[in-house]
Amino acid sequence: MTDGAAAAGPAAPTAPAAGPRPGSADERNGEALVEVRDLKTYYPIKAGILRRTVGQVRAVDGVDFEVRRGEVFGLVGESGCGKTTLGRTIVRLEKATSGQVLLDGGDVLSFDGRDLKKMRRRMQVIFQDPVGSLNPRMPISDIIGEGLLAQADKQNGWGERKVRDKRVSDYLEVVGLRRDYTRRYPHEFSGGQRQRIGIARALALSPEFIFADEPVSALDVSIQSQILNLLIDLREQFDLTFLFVAHNLSVVQYISDRVGVMYLGKLVEMADVAELYAHPRHPYTIALLSAIPDPDPRVKSRRLVLTGDVPSPANPPSGCRFHTRCWLRRQLNNPENCETEDPPFRELASGHRVACHWAESVVDAAVADVVPTADIEVPTELPTPQDVGAPVVTEIETPSVTDVVEPAEEAAGTAGEARPEEPQGPTQGRV
Amino acid sequence: MTATEAARERRTGVGDVLLDVRDLRTHFEVMDGTVKAVDGVSFSLRQGGRLALVGESGCGKSVTALSIMRLIEVPPGKFAGGEILFEGRNLLKLNDREIRKVRGGEIAMIFQEPMTSLNPVMTVGDQISEAVLLHQPVNRKGAQEVALQSLVDVGVPDPKRRLKQYPFELSGGMRQRIMIAMALSCNPKLIIADEPTTALDVTIQRQILELIKNVQERTGTALLLITHDLGVVAETVDEVAVMYAGRVVETGTVEEVLLSPRHPYTRGLLESIPSQGKKGQRLSAIKGVVPNPFRMPKGCKFEPRCPYAWQAGADEEPPLFDLGPDRMSRCWLYDPRYADHLAEYEGRAPKKSAEVAS
Ligand SMILES: Nc1ncnc2c1ncn2[C@@H]1O[C@H](COP(=O)(O)OP(=O)(O)OP(=O)(O)O)[C@@H](O)[C@H]1O
Ligand SMILES: Nc1ncnc2c1ncn2[C@@H]1O[C@H](COP(=O)(O)OP(=O)(O)O)[C@@H](O)[C@H]1O
Ligand code: SF4
Ligand SMILES: [Mg+2]
Ligand SMILES: [Mg+2]
Repeated sequence: MTDGAAAAGPAAPTAPAAGPRPGSADERNGEALVEVRDLKTYYPIKAGILRRTVGQVRAVDGVDFEVRRGEVFGLVGESGCGKTTLGRTIVRLEKATSGQVLLDGGDVLSFDGRDLKKMRRRMQVIFQDPVGSLNPRMPISDIIGEGLLAQADKQNGWGERKVRDKRVSDYLEVVGLRRDYTRRYPHEFSGGQRQRIGIARALALSPEFIFADEPVSALDVSIQSQILNLLIDLREQFDLTFLFVAHNLSVVQYISDRVGVMYLGKLVEMADVAELYAHPRHPYTIALLSAIPDPDPRVKSRRLVLTGDVPSPANPPSGCRFHTRCWLRRQLNNPENCETEDPPFRELASGHRVACHWAESVVDAAVADVVPTADIEVPTELPTPQDVGAPVVTEIETPSVTDVVEPAEEAAGTAGEARPEEPQGPTQGRV
Repeated sequence: MTATEAARERRTGVGDVLLDVRDLRTHFEVMDGTVKAVDGVSFSLRQGGRLALVGESGCGKSVTALSIMRLIEVPPGKFAGGEILFEGRNLLKLNDREIRKVRGGEIAMIFQEPMTSLNPVMTVGDQISEAVLLHQPVNRKGAQEVALQSLVDVGVPDPKRRLKQYPFELSGGMRQRIMIAMALSCNPKLIIADEPTTALDVTIQRQILELIKNVQERTGTALLLITHDLGVVAETVDEVAVMYAGRVVETGTVEEVLLSPRHPYTRGLLESIPSQGKKGQRLSAIKGVVPNPFRMPKGCKFEPRCPYAWQAGADEEPPLFDLGPDRMSRCWLYDPRYADHLAEYEGRAPKKSAEVAS
């Protein structure tokens, strides 16, 4: 953001002179703001000319966690695992099938009338798609003003065009855009700018909780870093609490205080960010972390390659949902309970919860071998792989060299040649 | 021979240049004027070598790849300059019949979204055999055998059944495997893969990356990988060409470029990547956005966003300075006249540089 643009916006609460304001959010930081209890959201699968329901997509299938006031809770998982549905259900953009969502103890799913309207102001959303989420036929003043109008009352005066427009300009400035952009249309803006508009729209309502659904996934890395910086600044400035969804694990690691990992509609692991990235315990989390390509060419980790695709949430596997792709289960010679019992989401260490029957058989030394982010002091005496269930790199099913269609003569000679292990590049290293 | 040169020789095998793109310029005439999508792209790739073209959205990566394949529609497209030498022949000069033999035969391409390049109403088996028939001296039965073998080669489970399936029946990862199988089926000398894993989830991306590395090593085919992900670059290739606003701005080995970038844009990109080490600090972002193609800055195209910019040759675009074998940078810092600026660039620790956001 540019030169204290945010501070210039009169809407921005001025920082307290000394210490937290009495009764302000700061004081209550760390308490649960949003609690989610055994939440389920199923979508019906309809078929035939009568559109009869023939099954259910169990998009969210029993999720328990809390988002604490003032924190960024990061949620990761592959596409289709239910991240968006979970977030949308929490803010009541999707109807829950069962379970509970509490906002400051109030039962969100049963709110109506005034309570619902108030909740809609307190909980806001930033969407992934900076193009599709802004109505192309509306000027920016209306895009941001719409929500204000819906929340207008005597006190805030948002029903009046002039008041509203001023607030829109204030918040454009807060997100680093020009005040006079209000008359422009979305197509006149770049992806990053549109995402800023989406952020201004959410912020203008002075929410406490923001569900940010992949807010940087569609952006180039240089723009992504601008938006991440903006979110970090705004979080401080406005005492915001975030549920931050992303599929990029480095982004989540960078911005989150705590992280939850989702697989097929369920949380499979949750911990403080440092704990999760350094000491992951669920085989799926370990595989995810092992899969991230590392931009440091000196890192030469072995990689854990999961076989197969994610199963359909309409028909999740029995027992542990991950068992069809689980390397740990295979390594432990397919214990029966993986297939028959759904592992509980249990506390392994303080604040570290895992849904795996066999999480204890994973140890750090084994993880360090395949996860570049794991920062682990390797014990001097390494336990044997049998003791620790060291992850074995599961090879993708590729045939041996003899199966290959004859490569061209000259190429064949080079293919087998060993590549140098040591980078022979410049000696400076990272400047 | 320096250590770097020796390393490069070993990495890239015989050392004969397979593909040499020289100052390529591919423009499009559109209503509002000329879009110079590619306007100064130079890099070379040796036989069996692996090179990545990396850069942000819109910088001209795909147009470069499509130019090599001669898949640019002319008009509105136009080859406004430069040459693409493939084994010494300028691909831009070949007639339609000649280029069809190269395309899919000697050079194969894998696209980001396999659905757009697979025929939706043809079975997987028929599509691969058709390509094989076009480029190899085999009969229909032989082509089907090649098709089956190529699915086996890319680790497609149950390959016989897959041959009879249609693309829509397959998952994204499986389609990408099929694309790779199809590319391999004609023993190409070069595979161009345009963002082959961008649309995939991270665990599936990992499968496909391992597969690409694996087949590349087994067959000795040269690989031109297009990506915006520096992590993918670091793991998959040996050499890189960084692109910005239609130009190649830096080339070198992966270690050279990613560990000691010689162009401020490359350095900026690397510093923008969130990582554990940067937790709690603001990221150093590259300020601003890429230039509008109709309002390109006069001199260096990166100048408006560059934290190191000074008044060097304000209106003149920097050439690609030669910094060693296959090591180039398009930045005035490497003009001997500006040695003191270079010293500052080199002295500035990455963490403190480019501290400006938006
Ligand atoms: N047929 C066309 N007519 C006009 N402009 C075009 C055409 N094709 C591409 N361009 C323009 O050329 C530039 C480069 O496009 P290109 O597709 O090569 O980018 P890219 O680097 O592949 O980006 P991405 O990462 O988004 O795939 C862009 O500004 C694009 O809008
Ligand atoms: N409106 C909907 N109707 C039916 N199925 C849906 C709907 N929205 C999402 N789904 C399905 O629910 C599952 C979870 O989707 P989603 O929450 O979007 O996952 P994510 O955000 O993690 O990618 C997927 O299988 C998806 O296809
Ligand atoms: S419960 Fe069994 S199948 Fe599930 S993650 Fe643990 S070891 Fe794997
Ligand atoms: Mg989603
Ligand atoms: Mg492209």
